[in-house]
Amino acid sequence: MMAKRIDEAQVRKVAKLSRLALTEAEVEEFTEQLSAILDYAEKMNELDTENVEPLAHCLPINNVFRDDCIKESLGTEKTLANAPQRDGEFFKVPKILDGSGG
Amino acid sequence: MQDELLNMDCRQLRDGIASGRVKSVAATEAVFKAIEKYEGAIGAYISTFKKQAISKAEEIDKKIASGETVGELAGVPVAVKDIMCTSFGTTTCASKILESFHAPYNATAVEKLAAADAVIVGKTNMDEFAMGSSTENSGLKQTVNPWDKSRVPGGSSGGSAAAVAGRLCYAALGSDTGGSIRQPASFCGVVGLKPTYGRVSRFGLVAFGSSLDQIGPLTRTVGDCALLLNVIAGHDPADSTSIDEKTAPVCDCLGKLDEPIEGLKIAVVPEFNAGAESGVQKVIAKAIDVYKRLGAEVIEVDMPHLDYAIAAYYVIATAEASSNLARYDGVHYGHRTEEPADYIEVYSKSRAEGFGKEVKRRIMLGTYALSSGYYDAYYLKALKVRNLIRGDFAKVFERCDCIMMPVAPTTAFKIGEKIDDPLAMYLSDVYTIAANLAGIPAISVPCGFDEKKLPIGLQILAPAFGEEKLLRTARIYERETDWHKEKPRISN
Amino acid sequence: MAELDYKVVVGLEIHVHLCTKTKMFCGCALSFGEEANSRVCPVCLGMPGVLPVMNKQALEYAIMVAMALNCEIAEFTKWDRKSYYYPDLPKNYQISQYDLPLSANGFIEIPLEGGKTKRIGIIRAHLEEDAGKNVHSEANFSQVDLNRAGTPLLEIVTCPDMNSASEVRALAVELQRIVRYLGVSEGDMQKGHMRFEPNINLIITKNGAEYKTPIAEVKNLNSFRALERSVEYEVQRQLDEFAETGKTIETGNKTTRGWVDEREVTVLQRKKEEAPDYRYFPEPDLVPVKLTKEWLAEIRGHLCELPINKQIRYVTEYKLSDYDAGVLTAERFTAEFFEQSVAAGGEPKRVCNLLTQTGLKIAKERGCGVCDLGIKAESLSELSKIVESGTVSSSAAVSIFEAMVETGKEPDILAEELNLIQKSDAGELELIVEHVLADNAKAVKDVKIGGKKSKKAHGFLLGQVMQKTRGQANPKVVSEILDKKLG
Ligand SMILES: [Zn+2]
Repeated sequence: MMAKRIDEAQVRKVAKLSRLALTEAEVEEFTEQLSAILDYAEKMNELDTENVEPLAHCLPINNVFRDDCIKESLGTEKTLANAPQRDGEFFKVPKILDGSGG
Repeated sequence: MQDELLNMDCRQLRDGIASGRVKSVAATEAVFKAIEKYEGAIGAYISTFKKQAISKAEEIDKKIASGETVGELAGVPVAVKDIMCTSFGTTTCASKILESFHAPYNATAVEKLAAADAVIVGKTNMDEFAMGSSTENSGLKQTVNPWDKSRVPGGSSGGSAAAVAGRLCYAALGSDTGGSIRQPASFCGVVGLKPTYGRVSRFGLVAFGSSLDQIGPLTRTVGDCALLLNVIAGHDPADSTSIDEKTAPVCDCLGKLDEPIEGLKIAVVPEFNAGAESGVQKVIAKAIDVYKRLGAEVIEVDMPHLDYAIAAYYVIATAEASSNLARYDGVHYGHRTEEPADYIEVYSKSRAEGFGKEVKRRIMLGTYALSSGYYDAYYLKALKVRNLIRGDFAKVFERCDCIMMPVAPTTAFKIGEKIDDPLAMYLSDVYTIAANLAGIPAISVPCGFDEKKLPIGLQILAPAFGEEKLLRTARIYERETDWHKEKPRISN
Repeated sequence: MAELDYKVVVGLEIHVHLCTKTKMFCGCALSFGEEANSRVCPVCLGMPGVLPVMNKQALEYAIMVAMALNCEIAEFTKWDRKSYYYPDLPKNYQISQYDLPLSANGFIEIPLEGGKTKRIGIIRAHLEEDAGKNVHSEANFSQVDLNRAGTPLLEIVTCPDMNSASEVRALAVELQRIVRYLGVSEGDMQKGHMRFEPNINLIITKNGAEYKTPIAEVKNLNSFRALERSVEYEVQRQLDEFAETGKTIETGNKTTRGWVDEREVTVLQRKKEEAPDYRYFPEPDLVPVKLTKEWLAEIRGHLCELPINKQIRYVTEYKLSDYDAGVLTAERFTAEFFEQSVAAGGEPKRVCNLLTQTGLKIAKERGCGVCDLGIKAESLSELSKIVESGTVSSSAAVSIFEAMVETGKEPDILAEELNLIQKSDAGELELIVEHVLADNAKAVKDVKIGGKKSKKAHGFLLGQVMQKTRGQANPKVVSEILDKKLG
């Protein structure tokens, strides 16, 4: 059998990047399925795209702006209305220990 | 009376209501009676708003009685796919992660329906976050095909298609990222249009693949489709990717709908079509013959890159999705896991619990395609293939008005048939995906049945912002045939 | 320990809040310490289905700064998503710019001691949205406030061209002066309008070989002083660490360190074992920006003479000291007020003294700028002229300046009202001097004897004349008359 396009270790790494706590069964299943899909995607390599520009967007437009005019915000209550947990006027999360995200 | 009412299309109903012959309340009540009777069997809706709908209908009837001017869809009961935010009820995207989410705003398309005085009866089921081709991926319920309850309605806008086909509303809005309006329309025997990218505002449409997503109508007739498009189309300052009126004039799709098209040139891609079931191929060929008989010229063309559309699509769509769905994390809204050990677990467990398998699979695939070391091989490559595909279309549209092909390689398949083989499911999107990659409009029009009496849709694709001519082309066929008048017999 | 030769190498990553009215991609007003989560809308809360729309003003402000930093401005620029999960980042991606930033390849001239300047390279400057704030309480949970989320943020990355803590500080101060001159940011570090993150390492020469220490990135700096001190601290810490471990950039990891203001130290936050995978890709919800020549010319029209150029010009053109030129150009409106006063005929040095010694002092007491004192540049020029001509004394000018601020009256009128006009009429003064000499024979004698007593007696006589004129005599003229008479 051919080597898998993506192995379980990679699947775990991607799951971590995606913030998805996968079960062992899911890791196994996704390894299989993602490999099959990625194998299929290899089909693209039949095409020579050396001199082709990537097309992220089909729209024929540029420069869409808005004026710097204030619109009413939701207000604290509406902002927090869907919050799973809140602490006063804040969203509440378990303690963040590391310094910063970015 | 009930049937007579429900068999009207939107325009007949609207005209009836506007003239006072028919009451919106009666039509709305008829719809809710049908929902009470058949919804248990079909499962088209995630939520319905009976009280709100009837009071809106009463308001419209009153307005008309007092001679006030009303909107283009005055009093017509319509449904909205539960991927469009509404300031009333919940907006779930058929996902457990958003099961109790209340949006404090309406999607622009919903606002426009309301401004046209439509009566919104409910929000329809779908594949979770629009990821799927059968509505089996709904995290909340199963929708079946009104023509055969053992079969899928298609997806992801399966609830909208089933509701329109099953007479549980007069028309519905869906969204189409890779065929999610056209394929269920084909499977359920209704008309479904994916407009040009940028034609309809995406504001309030929960994003799946942002560069591919478009809202569009599912209706029983081409005329209704034109009417709904007129209502929902137009520039929206809240969506930077919605087209301005200078770049693409507003389409009035109804005005010239019944005008003939002289010298219509239809492109077909024989090699590509050969992948469809023979039953589907036959019906499509027959449909094209109708145009031939009316004097259209059919030109065989070669579109060498269409074969690569699925590969490119599943890379681009999942890459965008992996980013679009990052916001569902249990911090600011939506499902949060009980007793997370730390804030990282708020993310990883809330998401693991809230998302279904297909959504997880696509997030994984998209994350991988964008991750360091694989970006060029997958994501960037896919964008280049996308450009080649757009080039194929541009070439064809230089000499043809439209392209005709099947919507799907098969008719509605059995529930459970493909659910364990994601790749097989992806491959069934082969005919619909290219229009999204190229940003062009495409419609599915009922054109017959297979030997199992399952509906088949003819797909017509047109150049960007060519909706007016596209709908006229579709209307030519509809006028010549009676397929759109067929309706499923639903048993309980 | 053997003597080491070392060179400090610092590059800066800088974030500047632009002072638009609204956020980068939504209409929420920028927040200035309101109730938490009160300046949030579905867009900056990252709710399902919402879409960003670009604030044109923010883009133009960003381009103004890029122009002031001598950057090449891109003709075509676009937006990208930078993905990472953090509670203060509602969408879990930040809209930023990756491969096609709006500007690159510029430089900033920073002033050094003694009127010299140094050119520091700018690698790129791009626009992005800020995150919210995680508030870390004492309790076992954290709080999230999204008021700041979506604030327009200009990220500027410099070349590692700075070689001392004072140069780092000079750059920070200069950049603050620039953004304030342009009116695009309040530039207040304490309020987080400007954040500086230095990347610091050393090139150490030991026994003829060169060693580079691992790079440390320092965060949490909220004052110029902290910025400067953190670099000083890092230099010593890295020297010590090198002496102890010998770790170099090849063998050690890049680290992120946090500045602890109370203790004036940096502490390890995290080691960067592997570079984070931000999965940048083009933002599909926004369309690209094309910057035409005409538009750029229009934006360029909003620029002003840069502070450093003004400072240099004041030294060469007005013969001011570099120190005075620095004080005058610290704030754009002070500099402009000065220039208008000079243009109205004021002698530069005299105007400078009035402004820096009196004007700025009064403004500071009132907690406002010089231009907010309600004085016209012409009036200041007038005041400088009557000092210059000897009509009033320098000390009287201070009183007049204060009175001008109080009353809004013109200096010549105030000089009269306050009886501060100096008597310079030699004839009139001669009479008074003769009276004084006649009344003070002893002092006259003392002067004539000469020596120590003479000087004192001369001062006494001068004082008598001043007293008789109630301080309004021009002391210079009186002195001359005394000299002549006592010859
Ligand atoms: Zn906002």
